[in-house]
Amino acid sequence: MKDLIERALNVAQLKGASYADVRLVHREDEFIAVKNGIVEALGRGNDQGLGVRVIANGAWGFASSAVGVGYNATTVEAERVAALAVSIAKASALVKSDADSVDIGPPVVSKGEYRTPVVTDPFTVPLESKIETLLKADALMRQASGVKVASGTLTFIRERKTFASTEGSWTQQEIVESGCGIVATAVAEGDVQVRSYPNAGGRHQMTRGYEFIEEMDLVGNAERVGVEADALLRADKCPSGSMTIVIGGAQLALQVHESCGHPIELDRVFGAEASFAGTSFLTTDKLDHFRYGSPVVNLTADSITPGGLGTFGWDDEGVPAQTTPIVREGMFMGYLMSRETARKIGRTSNGCMRASGWNRMPIIRMVNVSLEPGTWKLQDLIADTDDGIYMDMNRSWSIDDRRLNFQFGTEIAYEIKGGKLGRLFKNAMYTGITPEFWGSCDAVCNRDHWVVWGTPNCGKGQPMQVAHTGHGAAPARFRNIQVRGV
Amino acid sequence: MLGQTQAKQITERVLALSKAGQTQVLLQVTDSALTRFANNIIHQNVSETNADVTVRVALGNKVGTASTNDVTKAGLAQVVESAAMLARLQAENPDFPGFAGPQSVTPARGFDEEAAQAAPEVRAKAVGEICRQSRDAGTLAAGAFSTAAGEIAIANSQGVFCYHAGTTCDLQAAVMAEGGGNGYSQVAGWKLSDTLGSAEAIGREAVQKALRARNPQSIEPGTFTVVLEPYAVEDLVNMLNHVGFSARAMQEGRSWMVGRIGQPVMSPLVTIVDDGHDDLGFPMPFDFEGVPKQKVVLVENGVPRGPVYDSTTARKEGRASTGHALPPPNTYGPMAINLVMSAGSDTVEEMIRTTERGLYITRFWYTRVVHPRDCIITGMTRDGVFLIEKGELTQPVKNLRFTQGYVPALAQVEMMGREAKTLSGGWLGAARVPALKLKEFNFTGSTQ
Repeated sequence: MKDLIERALNVAQLKGASYADVRLVHREDEFIAVKNGIVEALGRGNDQGLGVRVIANGAWGFASSAVGVGYNATTVEAERVAALAVSIAKASALVKSDADSVDIGPPVVSKGEYRTPVVTDPFTVPLESKIETLLKADALMRQASGVKVASGTLTFIRERKTFASTEGSWTQQEIVESGCGIVATAVAEGDVQVRSYPNAGGRHQMTRGYEFIEEMDLVGNAERVGVEADALLRADKCPSGSMTIVIGGAQLALQVHESCGHPIELDRVFGAEASFAGTSFLTTDKLDHFRYGSPVVNLTADSITPGGLGTFGWDDEGVPAQTTPIVREGMFMGYLMSRETARKIGRTSNGCMRASGWNRMPIIRMVNVSLEPGTWKLQDLIADTDDGIYMDMNRSWSIDDRRLNFQFGTEIAYEIKGGKLGRLFKNAMYTGITPEFWGSCDAVCNRDHWVVWGTPNCGKGQPMQVAHTGHGAAPARFRNIQVRGV
Repeated sequence: MLGQTQAKQITERVLALSKAGQTQVLLQVTDSALTRFANNIIHQNVSETNADVTVRVALGNKVGTASTNDVTKAGLAQVVESAAMLARLQAENPDFPGFAGPQSVTPARGFDEEAAQAAPEVRAKAVGEICRQSRDAGTLAAGAFSTAAGEIAIANSQGVFCYHAGTTCDLQAAVMAEGGGNGYSQVAGWKLSDTLGSAEAIGREAVQKALRARNPQSIEPGTFTVVLEPYAVEDLVNMLNHVGFSARAMQEGRSWMVGRIGQPVMSPLVTIVDDGHDDLGFPMPFDFEGVPKQKVVLVENGVPRGPVYDSTTARKEGRASTGHALPPPNTYGPMAINLVMSAGSDTVEEMIRTTERGLYITRFWYTRVVHPRDCIITGMTRDGVFLIEKGELTQPVKNLRFTQGYVPALAQVEMMGREAKTLSGGWLGAARVPALKLKEFNFTGSTQ
């Protein structure tokens, strides 16, 4: 393996690269899916390959291959890939001027190893026991008469990655992820209602071992999930109007992801995603000058929070994991950066370059982007709210290409009247403009209610890359928000 | 690329290694490249070579699935053993229909040697043309030009062997002008020459629209007559597909088609089919179970006719698969991936000329399902919205949010474009759709 990587770096330089890095990635995964009492899918995957990224003639090139493919000898393929990466970079350079040459700043030299701390290796847990957990939960959900479809999944990933660069970096990482979820779908004449646990879309995931699955207690929550889905069929439609809303932590985590995490990706700000994922309203003139939210809003990006999906040792440029303040007391002050983009604003990278696999070039992705906990207990926050709606668990989400106008729908909502939770509502949606929304936040719950949620399905880039991101959030209250019942 | 002979050798090796009752092997080979640009320069430029083998082993009706991209002898032996081990541990699945038996597959076109061999310089030249136009106009261009060759081979112990090789080319440009003007253009197909030949036109369309869309004004949201470019119509068709064209969605009660089969719920101008042999899309003659793709009429003259099926969903209704299975492990159900909305006879100019007051929309963005049974979708407009007044495009408009049922929207098709465009923005495959004019479309918000 060492020979293969060194050979690729050498060939890249011989062909004219001024910089090169190599990632050799091996990923194994396990996936179990149950639906209506049947194990629909039981699969294991094994995937490995090599990606070479270079700068030549002042432009980027990237090539990748599944090393070990039977019809090509390994080292030969690594050399071919490195040479192709340089050739691609030189083609990139045909459409630029000298002023556009890539500048990644001073060298980054990182060496070491990182392993996700794990109590129980999920790949050692017997499959029979995993299947039994899902089937039990499935059966409990379907006890509710309106539930027509019950489903559950377990997902486990182990990724071993070696990163090396012509600057002298050599890091090895082993990242383990465990994910689980159950979903009850209740169907009645003309209506479909869904309840999920622990997170929307039936999947919450963390960089942890099987102990995370046990803590989630799918079986212990399944009956409630089914009952709630059934009850939603008979619930009143959420009322419409300008209201006070209290948003639960799971939904707020997605709000943070969409309205904060994405617009602070500095490559987006500079137009790198303009044709696809979009741009950002948080232009560089706003850095350190713009009121993003109220004084109770504090947002942080980090790749060190235990268990976060954005937690690792080094990013895919070899930059160490670290913490960056993004918003402090409502003021915008930080981006997610790469070596190249950080240089453009006079800063240094905070290690946010991540590739979804060996076959993708790293781009700026969220790490763990979190709303810092506040000071309220949830029961006190509800008691303090005279008239409003409590909403949780995402059902639909949509936001514009600059990350301003958004509309989110939640699975479940409750009336708040006189400081108490009351009637159940369905089909609740709320809409807003990002800084106005966060500017209306007047209370955030404390660390007792703070959970690091996992979003394992963030899409960005061409070709598409699906990233796994983490978001810590506790429930929070927002005033004068447009609510709609659909 | 392996070629059919070598692909068959790999699948035969896998089947020979498996001692189980039934075995299926799916081989997918990829040789792809994408040149991406932003701010009038190429900023990301990538390529990938991969070969993936997915093996399903069935012991009775207990099925295990394993995949690998190690196609050495040892790698294949390991993936077969892994699938067999999982099958042994599996629970009984009474819904498992067994692997398909051999059927006659009509080969499809769809492979272009030029596209398969396209060098980085070829893509750079096309991108360079778009960037040059943009620079000359004082705008910023972004986009991507991808070329890919792929092979799919499916074999099973029942005697199935299918092989197909295809190429895809896709060139998109999004242009931004001072004062908030945005424009977009795209061309897609399996022949490189078609895409290369359109590079100049793509650049011109996106640049001119961006310039025209400068200094957009806010308007009050509300209900408008809309003229939709094919880029926006593609989202209508893809969402109808995502929410309702699958037999699984029907059987689970989620599909918008439930209760609407045979009812005239859309305009008679609307006909949507799925056709794996459509030469103008990305042809695919069989599905991922090795079943020949049938042409399925999904909506005929405004009347929903029925969904697409794979083996599992077909068995539940005692019928044959229509050849729309997705790759395993698949919990989504069958999917239409070669969608065609029939073109009409109207030009976009006529659509505009006959509109007293409305909106001209380039494309939709970030559309999501609000309610599946009524296919209520929310999303944003993007890359060029213009007010239509008294039959003319007048001022550019800031992007708007809509929340709209797509079925009632398509009940109000007044005019259907005469030219259909192939676009690859949805799930796998492609959608080929014309422009159209809708009488009413509901906008519920706007952006700054």
